[in-house]
Amino acid sequence: MNSPTAWNDQRIETWVGVLLRTGVMMAAAIVLTGGILYLAQNHGPRADYSHFHAEPQRFTHFSSILHGVAIFNAESIIMLGLLVLIATPVARVAMCIAGFLFEGDRLYVAISAVVLAILLYSLFFHK
Amino acid sequence: MTALEFSLILFVSSIAAGLLGALSGLGGGVVIVPVLTILFHVDIHYAIGASLVSVIATSSGAAAAYVREGFSNIRVGMFLEIATTLGALLGAWLTTRVPTHSIGFIFGLVLLYSAYASLKQRHDALTRKPDPLALRLKLEGSFPSDQCGQQSYVAQRVPAGFGLMTVAGTLSGLLGIGSGAVKVIAMDQAMRLPFKVSTTTSNFMIGVTAAASAGLYLHSGYLAPALVFPVMLGVLAGSLIGSRLLVKAQVRTLKVVFALVIVALGIEMIVNSLRGTL
Repeated sequence: MNSPTAWNDQRIETWVGVLLRTGVMMAAAIVLTGGILYLAQNHGPRADYSHFHAEPQRFTHFSSILHGVAIFNAESIIMLGLLVLIATPVARVAMCIAGFLFEGDRLYVAISAVVLAILLYSLFFHK
Repeated sequence: MTALEFSLILFVSSIAAGLLGALSGLGGGVVIVPVLTILFHVDIHYAIGASLVSVIATSSGAAAAYVREGFSNIRVGMFLEIATTLGALLGAWLTTRVPTHSIGFIFGLVLLYSAYASLKQRHDALTRKPDPLALRLKLEGSFPSDQCGQQSYVAQRVPAGFGLMTVAGTLSGLLGIGSGAVKVIAMDQAMRLPFKVSTTTSNFMIGVTAAASAGLYLHSGYLAPALVFPVMLGVLAGSLIGSRLLVKAQVRTLKVVFALVIVALGIEMIVNSLRGTL
């Protein structure tokens, strides 16, 4: 039915699988690097997490996190790894939009675009 | 306790949680949140932050293997992700409004239900009249079957499935879990999709659902880097080991043991929430 080079769902899924695995491995490697650096620098007592105080802005805003990475702050590097991790499923949805576009399936281009919009809203719009 | 000792203990516990989550089929999030809150006295906001990030990692890490089997259905997944991501936004917003002990209480109930659902025998329902909406949305497919080559299927009761998926998304965002159990109910029970298709598509959806609440968690300051790092790496390692073992292990006996552990954690969460010690 489909020629081997044609875009079909199976082919999209294969690419998505590669993307997800690569994203997770990259994220894990960055988090591990930051974590080792953190432990090398912090010999003091453990941090207390028994009461919630929102993390400071340097760990909640993209630009602040990148600034921290630029000066090799260990915790900022961990946060960068987490951003790569969170971006992986977002990239997956974007890749599906491209796949459905190649398939000529307009309905699913639109459905995927709605999902992508919700994800981007969560990442970029906040108080 | 020093930072190094604390991180090592967290790492080892998270490997165990990841193993348990993979072998029971419940996912790492359901196990790690009670471990962090009850054993390590971590505030539930930090706990669900660390858990949610681990959920994204395990879901994405496992997806490559599921894709190869050819059971997951990207159209069904993508369509239902509209429901789960909207639910996830609502759930994540609720965490900033709902008091801690209520989150703990709901978590305990979900644990008890998950334990029950993990033991229930599943049977593929007979195919009935397909939903016209499902045909219009192309919620159909086929999968390789042992008996008769390619077995085809069409989704039924799409609105019910969509509604349940919104609930699954809300629980995911509120509790920092993948809520795979509710996703499987939506596809398997409501939409009457084959069980194998439901479980693999559910796993595929978990990462996207969790990413929707992760943005709000990040901005609300739930992601504490030094806490998240040993937890995420541990749960990821544990679940990867677990999914390898799963092929060889005697599943039934293990499932009963794990269900008992989950029930114990659930009761503990509920008791702690009612006492106000969570």
